[in-house]
Amino acid sequence: MSTFQFPPSIRSRPVYGTLAPRPGKAHLMIADAEGAEAILSLAGQGPGLMAKTHVIYIPKGTGETYVDQLRALKSAQFYTGPTYAASVQRIRRVLSDAHMGLQVYLAGTEGLMGQAEAEAIAAGIPHSAIQTEHRGSVARRMQCVHCKGITEDVMTDPFTCAHCGLNLFVRDHYSRRLAAFQGVCVDAEDPGNVPEPRELYS
Amino acid sequence: MSAAPQKARAGAERIDVTVSAVVPVNDLVTRFEFTRADGRPFPPFSPGAHTVVEMQDGGRTRLNPYSLMSDPSDPTTYAISVRRDDAGRGGSLFMHRNVKPGDAMTLSYPVNLFPLDRRARKHVFIAGGIGITPFLAMIAHLEHLGGAWELHYASRNRALGSYVEDLTAKYPHKVHAIFDEDGEAIALEDLLDGQPLGTHVYVCGPAGMIKWVHDTATAHGWPAENVHSEEFLAPQPGKPFEVRLCKSDIVIQVGENESLLEAMERCGVDAPFLCRGGACGQCETEVVEADGTFDHRDHWLEEDDHASGKKIMPCVSRFIGETLVLDR
Amino acid sequence: MTIQFNDETFRDDYSFRNSDRAIKRFPFPFHEDSYMYSVNMEQHRGGPSGSVYEKRFDVDEHYLSEMRDRAIVLAEDPLRCQSLPHMTLAGWDTLELIMVSKSEDYPDLFELHRDGSRWRWVNKPMGIDHTFTFLDETTLPCGPLEYITRQAQGDYAVLDQRGDMLYMDAGMVTTQADWSLDFDIGMDFFEWHAPVPLAHEMGIFKRALKFLLNVQQGAPARRLNWTMTVNPLLDTSPENYHKWGIQKTTLTPENIGAKQHLRVELQTFYRLPRSNALLFPIRCYLIAFQDIVSVPKWGRRLHRVVRDLPDELATYKGFIANRPMMLDYLSQYDDGLPTSPGVWPDLETEPPLQR
Repeated sequence: MSTFQFPPSIRSRPVYGTLAPRPGKAHLMIADAEGAEAILSLAGQGPGLMAKTHVIYIPKGTGETYVDQLRALKSAQFYTGPTYAASVQRIRRVLSDAHMGLQVYLAGTEGLMGQAEAEAIAAGIPHSAIQTEHRGSVARRMQCVHCKGITEDVMTDPFTCAHCGLNLFVRDHYSRRLAAFQGVCVDAEDPGNVPEPRELYS
Repeated sequence: MSAAPQKARAGAERIDVTVSAVVPVNDLVTRFEFTRADGRPFPPFSPGAHTVVEMQDGGRTRLNPYSLMSDPSDPTTYAISVRRDDAGRGGSLFMHRNVKPGDAMTLSYPVNLFPLDRRARKHVFIAGGIGITPFLAMIAHLEHLGGAWELHYASRNRALGSYVEDLTAKYPHKVHAIFDEDGEAIALEDLLDGQPLGTHVYVCGPAGMIKWVHDTATAHGWPAENVHSEEFLAPQPGKPFEVRLCKSDIVIQVGENESLLEAMERCGVDAPFLCRGGACGQCETEVVEADGTFDHRDHWLEEDDHASGKKIMPCVSRFIGETLVLDR
Repeated sequence: MTIQFNDETFRDDYSFRNSDRAIKRFPFPFHEDSYMYSVNMEQHRGGPSGSVYEKRFDVDEHYLSEMRDRAIVLAEDPLRCQSLPHMTLAGWDTLELIMVSKSEDYPDLFELHRDGSRWRWVNKPMGIDHTFTFLDETTLPCGPLEYITRQAQGDYAVLDQRGDMLYMDAGMVTTQADWSLDFDIGMDFFEWHAPVPLAHEMGIFKRALKFLLNVQQGAPARRLNWTMTVNPLLDTSPENYHKWGIQKTTLTPENIGAKQHLRVELQTFYRLPRSNALLFPIRCYLIAFQDIVSVPKWGRRLHRVVRDLPDELATYKGFIANRPMMLDYLSQYDDGLPTSPGVWPDLETEPPLQR
């Protein structure tokens, strides 16, 4: 099991649960990397569930580890994409065609779940009705509050903005619309005094 | 801060009005139209809002909430439709029997406990009987703004279907009229099926209808946030009881045909309120001491609040027992 | 009375100044010698003549300069004004409320002529005379919220109300106390307040939300909030923190009286009639320490409040590092005498500094 218990935090920080089948005419499951494990577990709980399900899977660093198992679930549609960016057009297309009663299940890293959730919200599903389950890496998707650039898969605090190069500390304040945590300049009041980066949750 | 503290009067701000028209709609329903006594335009309102109508019935002040059904973009007129309830507490009978064109009355500023969700891709309205009134304002509003909507409207028969002829004539493709006496029923499962993502459903009608829509939508995988309802509870009569109000330091008697809130007002206690129907939470009152059973009838308090015996909503809820002391 | 508008800056050379009249009407936020969070709401139905509470939207000597500063901020970063698509009607509500209020409260400065949906708006101080069609966005140079809040002092958050919750779904935010509209837009009431320490545990936000959900049409409310800013800088945004944060380190015992400013927000709350949204104007007033201590009561009290504030709050408000220097300065103006209750300066009745 690739699960991690996040420490308690502020109200804007997302809290993840455990995926469970819900009644619905159609189901959309989007996962990356170890998120496949949550989909495999979910599929076993609802007889007939996968026959009404579209699975979108991005293996990320896990290569072929889960692909055959997911394919064996015999979902109505199964797609593997090389990256989230390559898959997002398909996700938008699926959501634009969907009807009320669609159930959305997200699993894997915070970055994947956050971005897919933002798409589902924009399509008209309230976030409280979208299920999420964290699996795998605890890396964060960070927005630099200064230049607005997004840095993917941040593992340390502080870190360097991939766009403007400022040294940013990692806040727990999270924007669902941007699918990102907030990064704020760490040495604004004492330029050059940047603390030694530490691995998140270490 | 207390720069210039001013005590708020209970309830919403008031507007003095003149009854400009009394129009029978059918055997049970009458429409009342109002203009402002001072000749100024009415404040704009958002569709779904209600107003509390103050009725001077002999020595007694009645305060009943009614949905505003007029076009929100018309600042000259506010209109409500009142269904006569022969078994009720008398407010609707007073309106039907006593209120005449030219009468002076007082309305509260609009208060909205049933707003449109403006993010909606489409609005689906489900009305039962007199529950049509808030949707009349919503439809007028969406027609101005070009919003997508449809209406499913159930009434007993064509004669008692208030405004059903107007609606079907004006919007033949958007209004679906259903008459119970013709053995028809709203095909709820069909209409929930196939709605685009981002559709919101609104229901106003009898309690059973509201529950049916919520339950069916949930079973069809609709998020709770996409289903909206409004049900005004008229305070139901009950056995008289006695209450001690400790801040006001008086003991009052609540009669069979008045609510606890009305009894407080009758005795000169300025208690907060907005909807007078158990929905807005404004009149929530702490119970200091109680020996007896609460008859909670509101939609506001959580179940554990009801069970705790520490809170009561005086606009609709009652009490049976020996002692009740409230922090008011 | 006619207002003399200052020609001043809130950046670079910081030529911002308060006149004697502005000092005396400053919304001093402490009604006693200590401070802790509270919901502290009251009705917003006017106040003493000449005070900042008198009008619905206060216009003061800084009006034109603040509007110039806003235009500079928006030119550099248009994301400071945003409105989610469902909030356009609330933007028109805001425009209507501000135009009606200002033309009624300041008839010598603003005029609104309405002929059905054809409206003519005259803003004399800014030299604007514009005719447009109400509820038709194509007749305005920008969205209705941006149009009117480029002509009204203070930040504006527009909150959508859905299912007993408020959502930060639109705003004009260029004079903020370190929060980002671009980041927070779309958040619910608890989420956008998430970074505030202590208040959640105290149940402050739960009570405040309950109050705000019940703010009704025709019955606006208000409260004060405060923080500290080095230099009279309006745009203390997180976006530009890497540029202005360093200014906090420029305080010296010699310049603190002129450089250190108390920053007070007069927050008001209006139910918007057409959209049922809640308008949350946040009006920022700045005053230099040397001007505060010219009012003996305020000098005594500010020293006691800053001295006794819990560390978490001094950290959150961003002045924990400068607090010792602030106390060294302020203690000169605290002779230990008792202070009169309430926020008013009480210049006639409070004794001068006894030293």
